Amino acid sequence: MAGSLYKKRFDGRTVNEVRPMKASVGVVPSADGSATFETGGTKAMAVVRGPRTLHPQHMQNARTGILRVSYGMMPFSVWDRIRPGPSRRSEEISKVCEWALDAVIDLSGFPNTVVDVFIQIPKADAGTRVAGLNAAALALAHAGIPMKEMLSAIAVGKADKTLLVDVDKAEEDFHDGEGATDVPLAFTSRKKDISLLQLDGKISPSELSEAIEMGRKACEDVLKVQMDALKGATGEKNG
Amino acid sequence: MGKFVMPNLQKEKIVGYLKEGKRLDGRTPLDYRDIVVEENISPSASSSVRVKFGKTEVLAGVHLALATPYPDSPDAGTFMTSAELHPMASQQFDIGRPGINAIELSRVIDRGIRESGFIDFKKLCIKEGERVWQVFVDIFAVNDDGNLLDVAGLAALIALGKARMPVYNKKDDAVEHDFEKKGLPLDKKAMSFNITLHKVGDSIVTDVSKEEEEVSDYRVSIAVADNDGKARITAMQKGKPGAISSEDMESILKIVEDKWTELFPKVKEYVFG
Repeated sequence: MAGSLYKKRFDGRTVNEVRPMKASVGVVPSADGSATFETGGTKAMAVVRGPRTLHPQHMQNARTGILRVSYGMMPFSVWDRIRPGPSRRSEEISKVCEWALDAVIDLSGFPNTVVDVFIQIPKADAGTRVAGLNAAALALAHAGIPMKEMLSAIAVGKADKTLLVDVDKAEEDFHDGEGATDVPLAFTSRKKDISLLQLDGKISPSELSEAIEMGRKACEDVLKVQMDALKGATGEKNG
Repeated sequence: MGKFVMPNLQKEKIVGYLKEGKRLDGRTPLDYRDIVVEENISPSASSSVRVKFGKTEVLAGVHLALATPYPDSPDAGTFMTSAELHPMASQQFDIGRPGINAIELSRVIDRGIRESGFIDFKKLCIKEGERVWQVFVDIFAVNDDGNLLDVAGLAALIALGKARMPVYNKKDDAVEHDFEKKGLPLDKKAMSFNITLHKVGDSIVTDVSKEEEEVSDYRVSIAVADNDGKARITAMQKGKPGAISSEDMESILKIVEDKWTELFPKVKEYVFG
């Protein structure tokens, strides 16, 4: 942090420290699979419905089932009311989350079907898409959808020159110096491949490499919480 | 999307049980499921709440924003209720624009609250003809196991009861990112809440399960307020194609009075406690 304007994290965490995390599965009884994932003041819910026959028929793929992801924030999740229904932002996030999850599932055994994943955010303090992905991966596993690997996601950020894992809203809004950079990332659990990668801000290639490594490490904490949740006990990880 | 499939056998069983005054889940026809309320599920909202009747779960929140009043009521705040019956909650729901069920549900709840006089809209006027508060109630269905309307209605009431006013900055005519201690201007005495009854086979049933809801002939939703210890109806809606016989109408009104007397103290505690 030397030479950076962001020396000490607002909530006192170390740069590699995730917020307290909590996960559970089976939260929506009518669904085929469901989960919640919380990190600090952010909570995501995910519900899986399917595999079920895909309509309209022309969208069916005779070789494999397809994945369809829908992400949204609930109207009361943040200070400014979010208008119900899809927005440009939510449509794009849905698509990148779909690509991220597609990398770890195998629907070849379910031709002509669709697996729907609904991600919703009841409360938000940054990192909603990565919390949503963590919940979605859990819900897919809970639904018994064949998975090649698990998926864990984290947002790595940079406030001025300081790299941080699991940024919260206050850090996301850091304006001094180089300002804030946000890098949401998702890693597959075995190969540690990157299946979600977005970035906005200002960062050098070497800093980005470092950020990705930090994210990869932090996702080990995430994965542990996810696996504990799947094993039945509510997964928790405090800081 | 997928329709809720209910075998005829199951319908016969539900109706047969009800003939003996029983239900598949062990309740009697007028029993409610256990009610669970959790407040403040999203701290950045003016208020937010989770309400469960058995496995039916609804989240709701209140938001306040500055608005221009309607020309026909320049000195009154405005009010909007919207509901998302999200596919998360049921395989019967689709993504996208609200369907007729979501529209009906939000309108019935909206009417029940608006017409009861629960919200003192005149006190939500900041400057006549120019500035008023707009109150949004947003409802989100998480799991549908029947009777969403009553669950959502209670969630909306609690959210209104617990809502905090945002800080208004008069100089800039803007809302500060902070809340006052005081809540919405409410006429506590005027609060009405919704009781929905379904006709299933020969029986009248309250707090229906998903299966009962599916096989019922009609439903009647009745918003009831307190009038010095007696029930006062403030809004009503009959739903589904069936028709109500005059004897049934009599029993429905009787049941609603009894149910209201039983539930009113509980609801008051949830909303103002």
